[in-house]
Order: sequence, then structure tokens, then C-alpha cells
Amino acid sequence: MQRKEGVLRPVRGKRIVAILAAGGLTLAAAACGEAPEESGSTGSSTAAAAAYKACMVTDLGGIDDKSFNASAWAGLQAAKTEAPNVDPKYVASSSEADYEPGLRGFVSQGCNFILAVGGLMGDVTTKVAKDSPKSQFGIVDSSSGNTNVYPMQFATHQAAFLAGYLAAGYSKSGKVATYGGMKIPPVTIFMDGFADGVAQYNKAKGKDVKVLGWDKAAQNGSFADSFIDQSKGKSIADTLVGQGADVIMPVAGGTGLGTAQVAKDSNGKLAVIWVDQDGCTSAAQYCDVFLSTVVKNIEDAVKQAVVKGAKGEALAASPGYLGTLENDGVSLAEFHDFDSKVDPALKAELDKLKADIIAGTVKVESANAPK
Amino acid sequence: MKRFWSANNFTLTALSMIMAVVIGAVLIIISDSTVLAKFAYFTARPSDAVSASWLLVSTAYADLLKGAIGDPAVFSAWFSGEATWQQAFAPISETLTYAAPLVFTGLSVALAFRGGLFNIGAQGQAVLGCIAAGIAGFTFGLPIVLNLIVAVVAGVLGGALWGFIPGLLKARTGAHEVITTIMLNYTAGLFLAWLVIQQGIQAPGRSDAISKAVAESAQLPSPGGVLRVHLGIVLAVLTTAGVAWLLNKSAFGFEIRAVGANPHAAKTAGISVAKTYVLLMAVAGGLAGFGGATQVLGTAHALTPSVAGNIGFDGLLVALLGRNRPWGTLFAALLFGALRAGGNRMQSFSGISLELVTVLQALIVLFIAAPALVKAIFRLRASRATGLGASLAKG
Repeated sequence: MQRKEGVLRPVRGKRIVAILAAGGLTLAAAACGEAPEESGSTGSSTAAAAAYKACMVTDLGGIDDKSFNASAWAGLQAAKTEAPNVDPKYVASSSEADYEPGLRGFVSQGCNFILAVGGLMGDVTTKVAKDSPKSQFGIVDSSSGNTNVYPMQFATHQAAFLAGYLAAGYSKSGKVATYGGMKIPPVTIFMDGFADGVAQYNKAKGKDVKVLGWDKAAQNGSFADSFIDQSKGKSIADTLVGQGADVIMPVAGGTGLGTAQVAKDSNGKLAVIWVDQDGCTSAAQYCDVFLSTVVKNIEDAVKQAVVKGAKGEALAASPGYLGTLENDGVSLAEFHDFDSKVDPALKAELDKLKADIIAGTVKVESANAPK
Repeated sequence: MKRFWSANNFTLTALSMIMAVVIGAVLIIISDSTVLAKFAYFTARPSDAVSASWLLVSTAYADLLKGAIGDPAVFSAWFSGEATWQQAFAPISETLTYAAPLVFTGLSVALAFRGGLFNIGAQGQAVLGCIAAGIAGFTFGLPIVLNLIVAVVAGVLGGALWGFIPGLLKARTGAHEVITTIMLNYTAGLFLAWLVIQQGIQAPGRSDAISKAVAESAQLPSPGGVLRVHLGIVLAVLTTAGVAWLLNKSAFGFEIRAVGANPHAAKTAGISVAKTYVLLMAVAGGLAGFGGATQVLGTAHALTPSVAGNIGFDGLLVALLGRNRPWGTLFAALLFGALRAGGNRMQSFSGISLELVTVLQALIVLFIAAPALVKAIFRLRASRATGLGASLAKG
């Protein structure tokens, strides 16, 4: 090894010079742009004077999961347009062990609003909030006994109920399916609502549309055990399609993209109902396979909370925020490419059903609903 | 000075770190679009790009240090009574918290390596240690101190079992330990994922994958609050001393080194190579299991599918960086712990991705594993005192 080096040295020296020269030339060519005016930077310092630091800790999905964390982050950035003193930042967690350091890091940084995204962070948020009574926390999809934690929860089963009804009405095979990323209440609440929506359709039409992947009574079904593993989403979708499903609702963040890919490859035989953020904006490349989306308006909830906080208003831990069909915290998105394929009569029934749920004449219940 | 500027271990390690930091700085600049935009008009006004880059890189690395060792601003706040001493020592506590399990897994890999075995299975052994320690921690309900001891011993035994299997397979059938330990890593990980959702293990009232919490009496004592550091780091130092003694002073240690240097010669000299392999893998597994136990009893306090994180695989890097020596491994683990703790702050304060820390760790190890590269770049003279190539070439 050592002998070789000696032989190589002189040649290598020249080679490095050559590489540097070549690199330098390309850089120089790329660096000839015009310098901007000097004055641009003074404006921002006044806004930063009373900055409201809104800091977010993602869960394992990461910041660009096209769903859950992405919505919350979009909410922080949307808040910035309404209240310019909002200064959003985030840390991504790569394992459960990162939640606590992430939250504590923001406490010591003096963040004005610390957002924990996800029910999995419930316990650790409660613990850190107890140790840091002066900081204001917020949590999505969980509640906490602490007065300094602002809970943002969603009656997602209401919107998922509509999705179940839609899926049952759209399905030609008489079999629809759903699966979850992980067996936690914020996920299974979608599946409960979906199953009930299908049951409602069967009752109203005297049909027998089957739900694969979730048994509401037994609270058991298919789970990917991941919110990021697309190949898992693909294999689960293949299994469900093999069993005859032609509409699938994956409640699994990025894992669901694998299912969308299966739908894309099926040439229209399989339709997907997306969740959280409207699929046609968050995963636009698959827009042509999304029948609709069960929207959980995390973005709006987070935005409202942060804007409120930035204006100096108090965020009351009780009652916190509960998104429903009534306040548009949850909804069924547009049909986009499927608009012409959904029967107008079915659309009318969905509108009626939505009004009935808001009015309380149709009750949607789930053991996983936030209390 | 001349002697210092030669290819000894210390100089090489230091230079490797410097190289990693320099490349890391370039990556930081490249990954920041606003600073990168300033390079577009570099020829027109270079000061913009240079000062922005300098500001970005210096704050990032300052945050790395502040998060790993301590923030001077918090210390002065403490002296003036505005912050508590806990806050001032929180960064160093984070470093030690992250380092503790890595010391054990690093020792596990290092010890096996000295006996000529490449223990890729530290991850699986640590997972088994997590499982055994966790279950013992919430099952027995023994009185204080005793409960902790039982849980730790259970963790060590769990890991030892997972090391014993490949050791036995190697001794009896000649199955290569790299293959068997890698396979056992998968087995351990999937076993854990299955186990935590079983009745009796899963936390009551939870539908997600998390076990019951370890009883308070079985947790490693910790100051609590922002100070997450626990007794595990003390145990880690003691264990390092124990492993150093075992390796250098005991008869078994001599056998390990003899077998590691040349199994055929060792056999001729009357050492049972098979017995040494089995025992060595069991001890190495026990060390990794100890690491898993500190993770569960010290920081996590409950089993989840990813409770062991990456401590086993990081242990490989730690052992490599510590050049398979016990004390070297301890310091390497502290360095990795510091990078992790500092990385958290760097991500939180400067908005630089935590992945960069992983890249830094990888670069440091890469340069150390390729000493010829560093020697060539810095034109170091070869040193007679150390056998650098020899200690790593086998890996």
C-alpha cells in the first residue's frame, strides 16, 4: 500500500491541479451574475423584532410525508402570511427517542408555540409541558391534561363516513377496502367512519357491499406498521385487489403512495380515497386515481392556533379545537378527475348525508373519537 | 513536532475529523438555497457569499458544540440566577445519555474483533437485551435496587443468548458469524415488533405498539427533568475498565488475543479455539445486551419496535473509530454521543438536517478506515510505532 503511494504522488498532484482548474472555470462561469441592490435586507429586521417563534416537531413520517406532518407545516407557513411576525421552524424525528430532545430543544430556544404533531407524541408532550409550565404547546390528534397544551383534534369519522358511502356507491365489485398505517386511534377513527358509511349505504339501498381490511366491531384489520414504507402499501393493495376490492382508502401517510401506484398501474380498475390533505395537491402525480379525499384540515387548525397566539390571544387548553363537518375541520374533498364518473344522484345523497350529520339526525360514532 | 506530524493514531483521528468537518461545511453551504443563491453573483461581490457562508457554517458548528458540551449564554444566565444549573448541564447530559448504550455495543464489537470475529449482530443482541430487561423491569415487581439488578442481569443474559447462538454455530459447524449474526438481527427486530403487541406485554389501554412501562424501581436512577443522563454512563465506564482488564490481564483475554492473531497457532499451543469462539460471542452478546438494557431502563422506559434505535450498528462504527481498544471505544462513543446531542441542537436552532450528523459520523469513520487517504492528503510520514493497516485491514 505504502509503495504504491510513492509512485502515485507526482501524477496525482498534477491531476488535482487539473481538477481544481476545471472546477474553478465552471464555477467562475456560473458566478458571473449581477449583484442585487444592497437595500433589500433592512425590511426584515423590523418584522423580526417581535417575532413569534412557532416551532414544530414532526413524528416519524418526516416533514414531507405528503399528509400529516406536511399539513401541519403548511399551516405554520400559512400563518406567516396572515401574521407576518410568525417565524416557523421544525425538527424532524427519526425515532421515538427524538421526540423529547426535539421538544426540549425548542423550550430552551424560547419558542412561543411548540407544536407536537401526532398522537404518538402525547405522553412525551405531557411530560415536557409539565416540566416547562411557561411554554405554550400545541398538539395535533391528542389531548393532554396540561393547561399549557392546546389540543387540536378532529371528528374524522364524520368525513370518513361520507367516504365510505361514496366508496360503496361507486364500487362495481361490491367490495371496498381500507387499511391503516398503525393501529392508533387517529388512524382507526377513519376506518370506523368508513365502515359505518358503507353500512349506511347497504341499509339505505338494501345492498351488501363488503368492507375489507377493517372490522369495526372487533376493532381489528390490516396495518402496514409504517407511515413511510411504499412497498408495503403496494403489497397490501395487491392483496386487497386480489380479494376483489375496487376502492381502497389507505390511512397510512406515505405508505399509501404505494397503493396509489397500484391504482395507476391498474388502468382505472382501482380507485383510491386519499386522506388528510387533498390528494390532488399533496400527491398530484396520482391525481387521476384519487376518487376523493377525506380531508382533515390540520393546516387550518394549526394556522388558526398560531395566528391567535401571534396576536397575543390566549390558547385555552379546554375545550381546545375540534374539527367537524360543521366547521370544515374535516370534509370530503372534490372529486377532481372522477367528477364525471360519480353518479349525480350519489352526489346529492352525499350532500344530504352531510347536512344530516351536521344536524345530528344521522349519528356517526366511533370508539376512537376524541372525547 | 516532527514526531507529532507523522501517521500515528492520534494525528490520523484528528485529521480525519477535520476533513469530515470541512466536507460537512461544504454540504451545509450547498444545502442552503439562500446562501447558494449568493454564489451566483460571486464575481460581482464575493463578500456576500463569503460572509453568508461563514455565518451559516460557524453558527451551525457553534450550535453543534453548544448542544454537545454547553452553551456559554446559559452558563452566564445560571451564574446570574436566571437559569438553573440543570439547564446549564443539560447539553453534557444529552451527550452522556446518547453515549452510554454506544459504549456497550462498541465494546461488544471491539472485543469480538480482537478474537478474530466480526460481530455484526450487536444490533440483534442489543434488541434482545432491551426485550429481556424491559420484560423483567415490568414483570417481577421486586423491591428497589434488587429489581434494577435483576432487570440488568436479564438484559445481559438476553444479549448473551443471542451472541451464544452464532458462536456455537461457528464452533460446531463453521457457519460464518457475519452471516448468522446479520440474520439474527432481523429475527430479533421482528420478534420485538411482534412481542410488543401481545397481550400481557402491550400497555393496557393502548392500541399502538408500545409495552407496559418499566417499574420505577427498575429504572436506572437519573436526576430527572431536563437532565436525562442516568447511571448507565457510570456502568459503561466501569464495564470499559472490566473489558480492558479481561482483554489484557486475564487468561481468557490472552486466549482471545491468541485466537484472534492466529487460530492455528493458538490451537497448536493448546488453546481450544471452538470454546474460545463460543465464550467470546456470548460475552460480546452480553455486552450488547447490557447496552440494550441501559437504553430501556435508562431512557425509553418502555418497549417499542424501534426502542433500540441504531445502537448496534453505531456500535460497529464506534469500535472501528476506537480501533477496537476498550478505552478508545469509550472515547469514540462519547464523540458519537456528542455529535448526536449537538446534532439535535443544530437541527433545532440552525435548521440543519440531522442527517448531516450521520454524514459527519460516516465521513470520520471513512477517513479512519482509509488511513492511506488521509496520509496522502496531508503528506504524513509513515510512523513506525503503530500498525494502522494491520488493525483494520482484516475488517
